[in-house]
Amino acid sequence: MSHEQLIILWFLLEAVLWIGFFFFEGFDFGVAMLYPIIGKDPRERRVMINSIGPTWDGNEVWLLTAGGAMFAAFPGWYATLFSGLYLPLVLVLLGLIIRGVSFEYRALQPGDNWRDAFDACSTIGSYIVPLVFGVGFTNMWIGMPVAGDPPLMTQGFWSLFSPFALLGGVLTVVLFMVHGAVFLSLKTDGEVREKAHGIVKLLGPVALGLMLLFVIVGNVAYPASDNPFLDPGAGAAALWVIGLIGVAALGFAVLQLTRRHEALAFVGTAVSIVALFAGIFVKIYGTLGFAPADEATQFDMYVAASSEGTLGLMSIAALIFVPIVLAYTIWSYHVFRRRIGVKNIPDDAGSPVPAPAVAGD
Amino acid sequence: MDAQVLARWQFGITTVYHFFFVPMTIGTSWMVAVMQTLWLRTKNDDWLRLTKFFSKLFLINFAAGVVTGIVQEFQFGMNWSEYSRFVGDIFGAPLALEALVAFFLESTFIGLWIFGWDKLPRGVHNAMMYLAALGTTISAIFILAANCFMQNPVGATYVNGRAELTDFGALLTNPFFLVTFPHQIGASFMVAGALLAGVGGWKLAKVAKSAPEGTSHPDADAWRNVAKLGAWVLLAASIVVFASGHAQAQVESRLQPMKLAASEGHLDTSTSAGFAIVGVYTQERDEQGITHVTKVFSWEVPYVLSFLAFNDPNAEVKGINDLTDEYLADGYSAYDGTRTELQETFASELSELSVDPVPNVMVSFYSFRLMIGLGTLGMLLALAVLWYTRKGHVPPANRPWQVLMGVLPFLPLLANSFGWILTEMGRQPWIVMGVLPTWTAVSPTVSFGEVLASMIAFTAVYGIIAVIVLRLFFYFIAKGLPETVVVPEITRDADAPLSFAY
Repeated sequence: MSHEQLIILWFLLEAVLWIGFFFFEGFDFGVAMLYPIIGKDPRERRVMINSIGPTWDGNEVWLLTAGGAMFAAFPGWYATLFSGLYLPLVLVLLGLIIRGVSFEYRALQPGDNWRDAFDACSTIGSYIVPLVFGVGFTNMWIGMPVAGDPPLMTQGFWSLFSPFALLGGVLTVVLFMVHGAVFLSLKTDGEVREKAHGIVKLLGPVALGLMLLFVIVGNVAYPASDNPFLDPGAGAAALWVIGLIGVAALGFAVLQLTRRHEALAFVGTAVSIVALFAGIFVKIYGTLGFAPADEATQFDMYVAASSEGTLGLMSIAALIFVPIVLAYTIWSYHVFRRRIGVKNIPDDAGSPVPAPAVAGD
Repeated sequence: MDAQVLARWQFGITTVYHFFFVPMTIGTSWMVAVMQTLWLRTKNDDWLRLTKFFSKLFLINFAAGVVTGIVQEFQFGMNWSEYSRFVGDIFGAPLALEALVAFFLESTFIGLWIFGWDKLPRGVHNAMMYLAALGTTISAIFILAANCFMQNPVGATYVNGRAELTDFGALLTNPFFLVTFPHQIGASFMVAGALLAGVGGWKLAKVAKSAPEGTSHPDADAWRNVAKLGAWVLLAASIVVFASGHAQAQVESRLQPMKLAASEGHLDTSTSAGFAIVGVYTQERDEQGITHVTKVFSWEVPYVLSFLAFNDPNAEVKGINDLTDEYLADGYSAYDGTRTELQETFASELSELSVDPVPNVMVSFYSFRLMIGLGTLGMLLALAVLWYTRKGHVPPANRPWQVLMGVLPFLPLLANSFGWILTEMGRQPWIVMGVLPTWTAVSPTVSFGEVLASMIAFTAVYGIIAVIVLRLFFYFIAKGLPETVVVPEITRDADAPLSFAY
């Protein structure tokens, strides 16, 4: 493969890794966002937490891989983006930290305050991260100004919060809540499952409306023709089609859930998330979501990319390890395929020791 | 103080903090897997109880390590964007591979292990922990290969205005990496061994005292066994650490003579150089921005430094003053005047930058001594544990023993921290040795206020997590072993309670 082809391949892989993160961790975020709504009863909340318990940590690695791959394949992108979005990323990190420790520590001490404090941290962190990512990725759709050599972002923190960017942030949050609720309907039983159905009925149409608005505003106000790497006609058509596929998939999900086809509904929300972020990655193809402020600033995926040798090496590694990772991830979901309900929650309010294995603890 | 200095403080704080959890994770994951195997092999349920007890501590530690690790990966781009841009072609690859090869492995199989007691056959379940432990160790390979590139930038050349990869294999055969990897893995097992020995030694004394006269406490054997296991692991790991540390000093004396000279307070080039046990040094920067170091006082043992550095008591060891003059005259080079390809190709660019080649001597000097001192103390305490637990003996349940056992796990842990402080502070003023000065590497767009705000936020959250982790450790250690054991069985009953739930 030529250097240029490798760069395009790694742009695609970068998109795949981010989309993988939003698909997998999307429902983890959604489940934790729904604690205060569905999980008012402590046992029901434990059903929710344990529906994602064995797998959330592995899901989060998609983010680390996306970040690491960006560093390796597009150092210029990683450098400009991560330093330019400094404060938003601090928020993401703080959200991920308080959320990550909460899953593990919530049950390690007796007492409601301890547990509730950690669950609140889980929920807060799970709102912050998708909100910031939604705002951030919408700004990439808009195109963030860069200038100078090295090319650096010139945008202030507050200017990131344009109405369209906020729409993207809210959409991401609501979409993940729906995705999380559909996941719960698929993985749990009893009351939690029924409440999850109710949430989708309530929030599904909201998410649908937000997503339709996002697709329309995005394509009208910030059309494909902004991007010199896209053919104006084909690019615009692709963005409209991908956007509308996302909307249709979400509508399909809501419809299927009302018919209690939970697996089909999950496919629907999954496709809508994939379509939303795939659309964003099509929009930023080549530009990486940046808009050079002047003629002198040269910055695109070819400038930002690593050398042919590094990209080639990484491609071989990805070819070997991605299938292995996918295989054991699928196996892990297979091992934990059973639906869980309140009846499966052991009595020892959160003893970290396997309950049937150790009595008297 | 400018944003660059603050960014260094932030990196130092977040990295030292993260690294409390890393060696504990690497060493303890293997030890938990081994204890579970001992249970499966010996059919002695004490090992199952110990597996559960130590896995609890391990998982508390692991969670803190995971969340603080995400900060590590992000802050290269956030705070050190020009470093990332310059070296991403080389440095990014091991980071990406670490996530792809190691992190997926650890986090997926840890999940399978924690929740899989009643879902997987016993042997398979045990293998889950071995795979997770393998993940932590592979992670060490990649991250150390990346760090050792910063110490000795091999496999790269300066082209297109940045460092580009010429040979990935060179990162893994970097002489620095070859000595650092066993050093770090050994140091991780010292931490795990010290945890087992310290907790086991303390609990053994405590439970034995609580048993009525003439009887033996039901947990005494378990605690004695694990204290011995930990002490042996700590001792064996210490030997690996000392041997690889000595080898590391030999590599350092050739490739990073300035770091060696600073960590020894060695000012003037001499043969038969002495090793200063204690010393006081001051350093001051002149009008040209070059640091001059003055010795106030030192107490030296002759020949030892020459031996440490070159395995020859009469060898010549270059001093800080001469190395500074060499740098100012000819630019950066290793002891024998050679450079790596990257150092060579970047040399003309570097000559345009003003660099003060001297690191902080007092920090280097004392972090080196604290590393060795704390590690040695840990090793001696391992011998004490073995002595006091020999042939059914019980250690004294008195205050000194309690203090020693309480301190023991922290000794190798802090030795790890000081080792890294030495490695990273002694490398200054370079972020990539002999190529990129640290001050050129910082993010130009990130303001002092932004770094300060994030530093306060991270430090506050990390402080709270530290309190929580210590509280949980003390709580579970005080609680001790689970009393009785029902051996886990695979269940297919859809109504059965989960074997483990958050």
